[in-house]
Amino acid sequence: MTRRLRMIVLALGGAGLAALFVAACFGMPGFGGDRHPYGDRAVHASLARRTANTISSVNFDQRAFDTLGEMSILFTSVLGTVVLLRQTRDEKRGRPQPQEVALPVRRYALVVLPVALVSGLYVIAHGQLSPGGGFQGGVVAATALHLLYLGADYRALERIRPIGVFEVGDALSASAYLVTGLAGVLAGTAFLANTLLPYGTFNTLSSGGTVPLLNAAIGMEVACAIVILLARFLDQAVEIEEDNGKR
Amino acid sequence: MDDPLIVVVLLLVAAAATAAVAVRDPVRQALVLAVLGVCLALLFTVTQAPDVGLSQLAVGSAVTPLLIMLSVRKVRRRQQDGKEKER
Repeated sequence: MTRRLRMIVLALGGAGLAALFVAACFGMPGFGGDRHPYGDRAVHASLARRTANTISSVNFDQRAFDTLGEMSILFTSVLGTVVLLRQTRDEKRGRPQPQEVALPVRRYALVVLPVALVSGLYVIAHGQLSPGGGFQGGVVAATALHLLYLGADYRALERIRPIGVFEVGDALSASAYLVTGLAGVLAGTAFLANTLLPYGTFNTLSSGGTVPLLNAAIGMEVACAIVILLARFLDQAVEIEEDNGKR
Repeated sequence: MDDPLIVVVLLLVAAAATAAVAVRDPVRQALVLAVLGVCLALLFTVTQAPDVGLSQLAVGSAVTPLLIMLSVRKVRRRQQDGKEKER
């Protein structure tokens, strides 16, 4: 295929895609209209199950199976990172030297760390009530721990972050999601069906049936996954170096 | 599109995204990406999607730029090691 022919094929494909895009845009409902058929139904379903945050109801009840898929994506990508970024035979582990941290940075990091950690846990715990949930809170909690790297040094971070524990936690919480789903099957309904637990009182922490459980599992999974991910990248950037002596 | 706030935030996102493409140094690009993350989080919040805004704030403006900067640091260190070996 010559270069010219390839460009023609590309132009044809691009023009077709552009035409379809424009056609689709004309068929869409107007921006910010007041008719939301899907939204109305989702709100109705979430109120019926006494889940105050409709988004959480969609994520962990109406579309809980999709969330299982998303969780597996994160789990698999972390697994891939762990395998790819391991210490290979021709690499050695150097001891990073602690360096002087500017006092304002140290103070800021050490003051903000507990606040950020508690905010993350709060966002996870209130996922079924207010905006946020396992994904958001998990990332906040995991990144909060890394403020210790800014405020102190890498050794301090490693001490509060035993990787083995977080790896086990990651696997455990991923299985917890699956087991909660399977419990629905055993109870005689369907995989991940929210019919197992009483729905509780609207707008309280224990409302929404299995939504808080699945939300907590996701929160733990995401927090562990992000910690492992950042740990592998930090190891590569800070500790692991090529062994020049051997080669 | 009658809400001026949405228009302003959309323009902010467009500006930040263009800057992220225009900046060529990967480290600076990571920082601009963090700014773009904050702008996108703002956009999601003003269009009444605070859940997505929160994820965007956490992932787009903190974790992704951090991963990019760590990768850049690793690559630069390897290049420096290589240069020292040649000497």
